[in-house]
Amino acid sequence: MNTTIMLFLVQDGITNGAIYALLGLALVLVFAVTRVILIPQGEFVTFGALTYATLSTGNMPGTAMLAVAMGVVAFGLDLFAGRSALHPRLVARAFAINILLPVAIYALTSWLAGKNTPIAVNIALSLLIVAAIGLSLYRLVFQPLAHTSVLVLLIASVGAHLALQGLGLVFFGAEGQRGPTISDAAFMVGPLRFTGQSIAVYAITIAFIAGLWLFFGFTLYGKALRATAVNRLGARLVGIRTTLSGQIAFLLASVIGAISGILIVPITTLYYDTGFLIGLKGFIAAIIGGLVSYPLTAVAALVVGTVEAFSSFYASNFKEVIVFTLILPVLVLRSIAAPEVEEEKD
Amino acid sequence: MAMTQRLLPVSIFAALMAVIPLIPGMPPFWIVLLNNIGLAALVAMGLVLLTGVGGLTSFGQAAFCGFGAYTTAVLSTAYGVSPWLTLPLSLLVSGGAAVLLGLVTVRLSGHYLPLGTIAWGIGLFYLFSKLEFLGRNDGITGIPPLSIGTLKMLDAGTIYYAIWIAVLICALLSMNLLDSRTGRAIRALRRGHIAAEAFGVQTPRAKLLVFIYAAVLAGLSGWLYAHFQRAANPTPFGAHAGIEYLFIAVVGGAGYVWGAVLGAGIVVILKEILQSYLPLLFRGEGQLETIVFGILLVLLLQLAPTGVWPWLMGRLPFKPFRKRPDTSLALPPRDRLAAAPGALLKIDNARKQFGGVIAVNNVSFEVQAREIVALIGPNGAGKSTTFNLVTGVLTSSGGTISVNGQNIDNAPPQEVAKLGIARTFQHVKLVPDMSVLENVAIGAHLRGHSGAISSMLRLDRTDEAKLLAEAARQIERVGLIDQIDQPAGSLSLGQQRIVEIARALCVDPILLLLDEPAAGLRHMEKQRLAALLRQLRDDGMSVLLVEHDMGFVMDLADRIVVLDFGTKIAEGTPDAIKRNPDVIKAYLGTVA
Repeated sequence: MNTTIMLFLVQDGITNGAIYALLGLALVLVFAVTRVILIPQGEFVTFGALTYATLSTGNMPGTAMLAVAMGVVAFGLDLFAGRSALHPRLVARAFAINILLPVAIYALTSWLAGKNTPIAVNIALSLLIVAAIGLSLYRLVFQPLAHTSVLVLLIASVGAHLALQGLGLVFFGAEGQRGPTISDAAFMVGPLRFTGQSIAVYAITIAFIAGLWLFFGFTLYGKALRATAVNRLGARLVGIRTTLSGQIAFLLASVIGAISGILIVPITTLYYDTGFLIGLKGFIAAIIGGLVSYPLTAVAALVVGTVEAFSSFYASNFKEVIVFTLILPVLVLRSIAAPEVEEEKD
Repeated sequence: MAMTQRLLPVSIFAALMAVIPLIPGMPPFWIVLLNNIGLAALVAMGLVLLTGVGGLTSFGQAAFCGFGAYTTAVLSTAYGVSPWLTLPLSLLVSGGAAVLLGLVTVRLSGHYLPLGTIAWGIGLFYLFSKLEFLGRNDGITGIPPLSIGTLKMLDAGTIYYAIWIAVLICALLSMNLLDSRTGRAIRALRRGHIAAEAFGVQTPRAKLLVFIYAAVLAGLSGWLYAHFQRAANPTPFGAHAGIEYLFIAVVGGAGYVWGAVLGAGIVVILKEILQSYLPLLFRGEGQLETIVFGILLVLLLQLAPTGVWPWLMGRLPFKPFRKRPDTSLALPPRDRLAAAPGALLKIDNARKQFGGVIAVNNVSFEVQAREIVALIGPNGAGKSTTFNLVTGVLTSSGGTISVNGQNIDNAPPQEVAKLGIARTFQHVKLVPDMSVLENVAIGAHLRGHSGAISSMLRLDRTDEAKLLAEAARQIERVGLIDQIDQPAGSLSLGQQRIVEIARALCVDPILLLLDEPAAGLRHMEKQRLAALLRQLRDDGMSVLLVEHDMGFVMDLADRIVVLDFGTKIAEGTPDAIKRNPDVIKAYLGTVA
């Protein structure tokens, strides 16, 4: 094998792998806290990427309106759920989160759209919009089902994925889009060319992994989230609001998804339905990480990215087959190494 | 009598379905829709057994349809094999694929399993769409129609009968399977494997069996699909289709065979309505039906998470009739080994370490034939761990355990059960939505011999009647005959413990291990339990029990073994134990 080609493939694999790692981390996070296997993670990716791309062309993204619409329904649900004891404070809080926040984001977006805003502003707006959608998604779909089985949550997750993907087509059309790069800088190390974009990918991935580690290890909220993950009932008994934990998890996941999207949309053309496949590769990493371990997930994501790069070079037709069957030997090893543990269900 | 009771609703349904295409003026489009419902129902039925009943969630069923469809597509186009000959081959290929994938996947626990199935489901979809001999993305066209003699099933109205006959036959086979010895083993899987294994169920085999069964049903659906569409391409076998089948099963009611048919009807018709009317409402923009479909899915789950079929059944004005088992049928006793001289159960220096914690520290004691021995000690003394070592749930870190002189160190639970050691659990492990009778009958699992095939074909009825008769006898013996048809989950915790004892008695045991049997019982119930245990001892059985109720233990036990922090601190008659200073110290502490 040619060394230069190999280096290229490894570099490509690591860049992709870093994105999968981010998504894998978000999936682990959401699953651990809420038991939801977050299929719509892919939609966070596309929404983030295409909102950013749309903003860059000076247009108004439809996702901003979606955030408002979801917020309105969430507000209605909050009022309905709390109808027996409607304190003014409760209503005010629900109003602020569900109505005021998305409306403010919408207003800001429509004011700035078309004004030739700098990249950083577009990124920030895209993140805000997707974060608002993520927050409402938890409220609308998963909070009412928080007590049900993993299977029901999974199916609901699929429902959310279908609806959001359909909306993605409405907002962004069937055409693929690309966004502007974060940085046009590039330099050579030996035969390898490093672009500012790929450096940004590495830096942000590492920053997020470190950030999550600090968050879960050293902050009260992080520890509350971990406690919720281990035992919902126990967490509630010691005064942790499990709903809040779920909201935080979804907020983080949607932001991570949107960032991943924004990072890759300058490198590859994204379509409204591309996110599903990207999200699934994050899954592969998350599963290899056992849905519990962050470092293992990150390492596994790099492996997935590299395998993908190599197989697209040597057997491009069977790229997806190879990536998705990669999981089987891992699962076999896992089940041999750690035999089933009896779970007390329901 | 019972036969007609069972088959009457099915026959009415069959007659109804047979008439539908003959109705004059029936739009052919509706028949196509019914065909699609039947095809989806077949796959969903497999999922009902796999996911709803067995607790193994699979997103990959669409891939098994693909195996069925492509097998017949390739053989009947490229090699000109008759479609009827490809049927067994299609089923064989999907079943064979299930064996390979199942060996890998069914061992996975919890959420790994569904995720694993998503992964290979997608992998196989891409494989179908890339392989040259499967026609890549375009697939294979020109598949010959099914034909009987000169009748070629070219239009939707004729293959309709083939599809719905398949649905009805599979529904009957599935119901028969669930209502049998193997079916009970499958139904017990969802609640974890420990209880089922304690009564001799080979849980990995049961899981693989139901996995293969579901795959074969999917393969059948794929075979029918190929000859109905006369073409096969990768799209209907992808991830989204796999998700949709699971959705159908959940909507209908994941635990119910007919829920699959109902769910298929609801979903297929709903999608059709959405696809044909939504574009009219909204000027045909985008994938509106996907959006509405997704939202409806979420709403439906929030409003009825258990599905539509159980909701409908709960509204029926009459209750299904249940026949009491005929208790005059005798089940032959379990094959026994000749009793060896010496102790029945001999525990010699048994040891169990969990990392740095020594839960059981070189404990030795014996249980003789016809003896009631109580194992007592403060919480965390290692009593339940000792039980788990004896019954093979845990592997020991040292020492030997033997029954009738036969070494059972680290024997799997199923082998221990075969020796006639039956147990109950500290945390009750019954299947809550199964009746008391069915739960107890799991205890007799090793005394029956009918397998899955004979159950499906109802060749197991004499064997089955004997098993149920034995279960009913043991329920009567423990005094719960009035609750025999109730779901086990509806009983009080104390009564559930008694149900566990009846289940253990169904093993025809020589040694009964009872983990806190009196917890949650009222005074009179405790006395009745004590009388029952004495009766069992006098009939030749030995009992080893863990219990915290000292009055109950002192009154009942012939001998008592006391554990504290994993170590045996005393052994003797109740009177000697009461006066033993070490025991008093362990329970009450020392005088300061």
